Amino acid sequence: MSTDFRARRFKANSEAALANPVLQANMKMAKGKFVDKRAISIKEIDDFEGTREAAKALRNQVIENLDLWLEMFEETATARGATVLWAKDGAEICRHVADIGRKHSVKKAVKSKSMLSEEAGLNLALAAAGIQPVETDLGEYILQINDNEAPSHIIAPVIHKSLDEVADLFEKTHHTPRKTEIPALTREAREVLRSHFLSADMGISGGNFLVAETGSVALVTNEGNGRMVTTLPRVHVVITGIEKVIPTLEDLSTLMRLLPRSATGQSISNYVSVLTGTKAAGELDGPEHLYFILVDNGRADVVGSEFQDMLRCIRCGACMNHCPVYQTIGGHAYGWVYPGPMGSVLTPLYTGIENAIDLPHAATLCNQCGVVCPVKIPLPELLRKLREKQVEKHLRPWFERIAFRVWAWMASCPTLYGIGTWFAVRYLKWLAGGKQSIPVLGAAPEWTKGRNFPAPEGKTFRELYARRQKP
Amino acid sequence: MRVALFVTCLVDLMRPRIGFAAIELLEAAGCEVIVPPAQTCCGQPAWNSGDKVSAARLAKKVIAEFEGFEYVVAPSGSCADHIRTEYPAILADEPAWHARAVALGSHVYELTDFLVNVAKLAKVPGNFAGSITYHDSCTGLRSLGIKAQPRALLAKLPGVELKEMNGAEECCGFGGTFSVKFGEVSAAIAERKCNNACATGAAAIVGGDLGCLLNIEGKLRRQGDEQTRVLHIAEVLTEKQ
Repeated sequence: MSTDFRARRFKANSEAALANPVLQANMKMAKGKFVDKRAISIKEIDDFEGTREAAKALRNQVIENLDLWLEMFEETATARGATVLWAKDGAEICRHVADIGRKHSVKKAVKSKSMLSEEAGLNLALAAAGIQPVETDLGEYILQINDNEAPSHIIAPVIHKSLDEVADLFEKTHHTPRKTEIPALTREAREVLRSHFLSADMGISGGNFLVAETGSVALVTNEGNGRMVTTLPRVHVVITGIEKVIPTLEDLSTLMRLLPRSATGQSISNYVSVLTGTKAAGELDGPEHLYFILVDNGRADVVGSEFQDMLRCIRCGACMNHCPVYQTIGGHAYGWVYPGPMGSVLTPLYTGIENAIDLPHAATLCNQCGVVCPVKIPLPELLRKLREKQVEKHLRPWFERIAFRVWAWMASCPTLYGIGTWFAVRYLKWLAGGKQSIPVLGAAPEWTKGRNFPAPEGKTFRELYARRQKP
Repeated sequence: MRVALFVTCLVDLMRPRIGFAAIELLEAAGCEVIVPPAQTCCGQPAWNSGDKVSAARLAKKVIAEFEGFEYVVAPSGSCADHIRTEYPAILADEPAWHARAVALGSHVYELTDFLVNVAKLAKVPGNFAGSITYHDSCTGLRSLGIKAQPRALLAKLPGVELKEMNGAEECCGFGGTFSVKFGEVSAAIAERKCNNACATGAAAIVGGDLGCLLNIEGKLRRQGDEQTRVLHIAEVLTEKQ
């Protein structure tokens, strides 16, 4: 999926999500699953807060000297037989993969999960280059056979779907009797995917971390498809963001204490692979050709900016799992690859602040995301800074800008403010007409779309207090 | 102890009785309470909307009005945190003002935190009796650590039965300007909060921030619930039945 600027329509998207009863039922089912499991699993670590601090520090260490760590990674990975390529943007990712495909006569590529390939819209580009892309992560596979639907969560891409919807889809796509048990459905997917694994010429994966000291890529998965994708085909292409590099394997172990626990509430994911180099002489498994495509796509501009903290992100999804807005509307409303609080920061940074005007405002700033983030990214603060940037760049509606200035000016003039509020509370009290609340308020139509406006007492504190102070 | 009360703009407009209840509680704790008469708003809506100019303008006004007092207390975790934590950030580019912001911030308190941890209120003036459920407002909870304080004060009322709701620490969906920018999403989040609160069967939903309370009350009334009371903790602690 490329930037189609659906992020511009967050408000309409979110209202459509609320009006979709199937989605609402599915989101209610999903809510709390990851939240509860995370809460239990983080207790297994004696010093969870200290581990978060350590992870923050090591991620900062990398980001502050990103060029150096990337150079080291390029050196060590190349020494182990890999080819390191650099991509400025999504289009360059697609060009690289198509070139690699041509070079090695690739007809079919199996993919394990890669959000970078979503940033690039890679599947369409592969098809155009005559390479059949097959998603093998179960969730991504479901989306692919559903007319290339976009994922709605970075680690649980079909969290917005119900069992029934998947059962219908499998019946329609595989032309098999409808199954309603999850084990039967996953067995069916495995049977379909097995032949693809065996016949693919290329495997494409993301990378959770790149280890600079060894030139390795670390993959954190649960389904085992990642191992098939990275070891069976002749060619393995890793596509990952430049910020994913970490110095050492020891750093990997620190981050691995946090990542599965923050993501799915698992102590450890079912599979953790550390893949280094091409197949050596005498080895049975592994690719003959290994490529790393290290992607900028907006990241380099964030280095050194006031949003640099965001580059620490290790893509666990805890922020969206805990976000009251995400829990209510799901991920598609956010309009680009990354949903939830991290997406509301990344989308404007990577696709242009003017292309995602609503997203930084699509949060209550409750800071639950900041509290659960394993690398302590101050997400609400970054969202607020993006709002400030919008004001600086004159991207907010004129009436909003005027309204704030006029209000702030009035609030700086106590007498004027007192007169204004004197009238306002009486008007609202009159509107309520003796009732506890006002059902429709012209001055705040958004407020009264889904709730009443409580009636004020009818006099301001200031006037009542002034009267009380009189002898 | 000389305490300046920062009333908050919402209490001034919507629920003056919360301001008077706060004064009563502070006086019961032995404080001399002063209400600076020209106060308006702390400027949080401007800052959270990215309008730094307006936020700075109001921050300076509050600093000038309140910096002379031994303590400043607000019946809102959100406003207290804005003054305490955000003013230094807002005025970071102006060293003299920044220093004044830091100095003021060090003695700004949320009401229940102040009553429990500073003034050590021994006996509450009210005699409220009934079942209540407590909503933990986000900023007070996550920035100022307001969790045990209101419950400690409620425990001083023998007639109060506290029935904790599921997700008491989850956001109610208010979010300041969020509630008027994305009204439907905001109200949908409020609905979940109301459902959790009402599932306890409590007769009153109580909290420490009026913004959340107006949001919750508005949703309840829209749902046709005219019975469940929505009260600020200061009202509960001072109500005489």
